[in-house]
Amino acid sequence: MQPVISVINFSKSFGKTTAVKNLTFDVEKGELFGLIGPDGAGKTTTIRTLVTLISPDSGEISVTGLNVSKSIRAIRSITGYMPQRFSLYPDLSVRQNLNFFANLFEVPKKEIAERRKRLFKFSNLEPFSERLAGQLSGGMKQKLALSCTLIHNPVVLFLDEPTTGVDPVSRSEFWEILRELKKEGVTILVSTPYMDEALLCDRIAIMHEGSVLAMGKPEKITGLMRNHIYKITGNDLVLRSDVFAQIPEIISVQSFGDSLHLTFPPGFSDEDVRIKIYGLIGQELNVERIAPSLEDVFIGLVEGKIGHAN
Amino acid sequence: MKLKRIISIIIKEYTHIFRDWRSLLIIILMPVLMIILYGYAITLDMKNLTFAVIDDAKTPESRELIRGFTENRFFILKYTDIKRNEIESLFKKRYIQMALVIPEDFSESLFSNRITKVQLIVDAADSNVGTFINNYSNRVAQLFNEKLNNRSPGILGLEPRILYNPDMKSANFFVPGLVALILLLICSLLTSITITREKETGTLEQILVSPVNPIEIVVGKVIPYITLGFFNGIIIIIFARLLFKVPINGSLTLIAVLSLIYIFVALSFGLMISAVAKTQQIAMLATLMATVLPTIMLSGFIFPVASMPLPLQYISKAVPATYFLIIIRGIMLKGIGIAELWQHAAALSGIGILMLSMAIIRFKMTLE
Repeated sequence: MQPVISVINFSKSFGKTTAVKNLTFDVEKGELFGLIGPDGAGKTTTIRTLVTLISPDSGEISVTGLNVSKSIRAIRSITGYMPQRFSLYPDLSVRQNLNFFANLFEVPKKEIAERRKRLFKFSNLEPFSERLAGQLSGGMKQKLALSCTLIHNPVVLFLDEPTTGVDPVSRSEFWEILRELKKEGVTILVSTPYMDEALLCDRIAIMHEGSVLAMGKPEKITGLMRNHIYKITGNDLVLRSDVFAQIPEIISVQSFGDSLHLTFPPGFSDEDVRIKIYGLIGQELNVERIAPSLEDVFIGLVEGKIGHAN
Repeated sequence: MKLKRIISIIIKEYTHIFRDWRSLLIIILMPVLMIILYGYAITLDMKNLTFAVIDDAKTPESRELIRGFTENRFFILKYTDIKRNEIESLFKKRYIQMALVIPEDFSESLFSNRITKVQLIVDAADSNVGTFINNYSNRVAQLFNEKLNNRSPGILGLEPRILYNPDMKSANFFVPGLVALILLLICSLLTSITITREKETGTLEQILVSPVNPIEIVVGKVIPYITLGFFNGIIIIIFARLLFKVPINGSLTLIAVLSLIYIFVALSFGLMISAVAKTQQIAMLATLMATVLPTIMLSGFIFPVASMPLPLQYISKAVPATYFLIIIRGIMLKGIGIAELWQHAAALSGIGILMLSMAIIRFKMTLE
């Protein structure tokens, strides 16, 4: 079956800065695909190109088989796009915002009320339908923005960091909605800087400086890490990353709140680590081997120290 | 172009306008305020100019000459019988704008067929006032001569007949000009702000990913402001009529039609600015700079174009208000019709079309 989103060798530069370099990926129908990466990784450029807002410098890019440079109008009428910044009219009410977008997308008048009802059902915005969009809470704003992008029943949905700056409860509610949409067969491409959200996707592409570092199911990507990661807890006075960085074999030291994650090459056992630490600070600390998190993988990938993976 | 989408944009734009009632109030009250300001305060009419007289002659003739100045509404005699050396301090304190010094031998000299000289000292710090006093004094002297020599034949007397604004009221001159200023200001300012606001908040991006095309957006956004501008024009003309009794000698329909062309120019101008400006502040500043200053200084709003230096006269040809001022003053004061005005209307349309094309080209570039 033909993929819904197909990106082959896509590149885009703005002046001298290269935003995206030779990007290639596919998204299948009904898939929830995540673009993961920090700011400046090229996520927004990729999404804006897919929704026909900017044109690619090179590469073959199509959405539902339509070329993004040629079938602009056709793509726009079947896709939904939610930009990074909340972009609805703050001085219009929830209902007015929904109606406006329904009319722009030429939703038949008879259907508007019914669709609005359906969207209210999962967004729980019904009691606020007369409230001005500017007076909604952050989470509600995101839901309204999502509702507006869904009013014309798009088959593909593009969400650019939809939950940035939204409280954790609203974030999980939002992802709940995305899973509902996926069940209905909507193909979703979402970008996020949050690693915990990446785990909720079917497949992810980890992006950094305009190219993909790794792509696949989230659990497969964490499996890429063949180095051993040890979590160190204990006397926080000595939990200082620069001290442990002196161990010659060590690959990386990451601080995670009250613990440190130390990465060693494959074959380094916990006993080896304990001995190294005792030799360094003359003290016993709790050493525990952990499964690598996406953060670990990401940091490992970026620093090019992922070990023998791939 | 789909009418339905345009209408939904128009409805949305009206909702913005009416929800933000403070701005709406400003839009409606601004013309009223300006008309009162320009109509009453800013006036070129000379009134209540104060002057001092040193009458060394004290004869019936000298009193006759002084009466020549005091028997009208322009001059008020404030000081008599002062010393010569006091004059300068009176000028410096701005107590008087003019001083008249009549010599002791005034009457004798008059009747001895010599040229009689009377000293007139004028404060020309404000050159308009200076010129006015100078002209008016010459007229007083001329009348005085005529009266004195009414037996002698052959004195040339000009009898002016003042057309179109017989009372020479400043309001008749300024108020039609205000229509030109306010229509341009409101229409271009509001258009440039409304579009840059959507750019700034990111809503423009949201609309652009819909199947709507840029021309539909522009048309939909501009129509509400055309009606608003038109409404403003009506307010100004009603106030002009009621408060200042400015005559409307020509056709109201013609005013309406040609105002629409002018509004079209203003909107195109606003569009052009919003195609370039990235934020509302920049759009506002740029619009204010590019409309108010040239309209007031270079269009003939206050200063006649013909008396400007040549380079400025060329610039004034690019200022839309130059043409609209001729049109609206022509219709209101002179009562002329399209036969006399079509060239100006054509020039206005030309400027509008040029600006609109530039705006659309530039708009497409920034959006795509």
